Amino acid sequence: MVKYSHKQLDRTFAALGDPTRRAIIARLEREDSASVSDLAKPFVIKLPAVMKHLDVLDDAGLIVRSKKGRTVTVHLRAEPIKEAMEWLSRYERFWSKSLDRLAAYAEAREAETKRKKP
Amino acid sequence: MTSLTLVRRLKARPSIVFEALTTPKGIASWWGPDAGPVLVAETDLRVGGRFRVRFRTLDGSEHESTGEYLEIVAPKRLVMSWQWTTGGEPAEAGHLSRLEIDLKPIDSGTELTLTHARLTTEASRISHERGWAGAMEKLVQRFSHDSADHQT
Repeated sequence: MVKYSHKQLDRTFAALGDPTRRAIIARLEREDSASVSDLAKPFVIKLPAVMKHLDVLDDAGLIVRSKKGRTVTVHLRAEPIKEAMEWLSRYERFWSKSLDRLAAYAEAREAETKRKKP
Repeated sequence: MTSLTLVRRLKARPSIVFEALTTPKGIASWWGPDAGPVLVAETDLRVGGRFRVRFRTLDGSEHESTGEYLEIVAPKRLVMSWQWTTGGEPAEAGHLSRLEIDLKPIDSGTELTLTHARLTTEASRISHERGWAGAMEKLVQRFSHDSADHQT
């Protein structure tokens, strides 16, 4: 079973907690990779601000940057996001299955009560 | 989305559902993600009182969660803190999350809304941000799909 680190989960959710960074991730998800200058184009904010967002994503392990000549290319690293989503979906499974059983139990009790007091 | 919300309609009146949620006998009959047994169910149903539930899943592992009742409005609303004390997630031990359950009477019985909130510390800090929920849901769909594909 995968062991989840709360520190990593916190870093992942924090990195995803900003609309600019989410837009960057969404774009990298579509295009696989992009240069820093291309990534910065759609945003009103200046290049250094975009670079700061990229640093946050890099620290959280969500992107990898590689330099070739003067061009820095950014790639998505989806593993931490997948881990965070899997972690969340474990809670969802837990509650979803539990509530199925709760419903079965409560409905049986309701039927019993009705039988006793018709 | 760092909180999780599920809504269910049950063909049972709220008082019966509330009892199932709060009594050891009730909890023992449904708590857990599979047909594995509930080993311990204790409830001290008053504000400030605690609950403790231990269950075994079919893979043989045991899990225990405890918490404190924060709000009790029978048979309408139940709020408690929640933490895992035993289980497969040592990193989560000691982390407090929050469980809210609301019961609304409807013609066919009860509409139950369960919210498990503050699942991560960072997540709770930023969860008020606009756009977070929708964007996260999209990511969940995208990446849950991916990982499901990888498992096969």
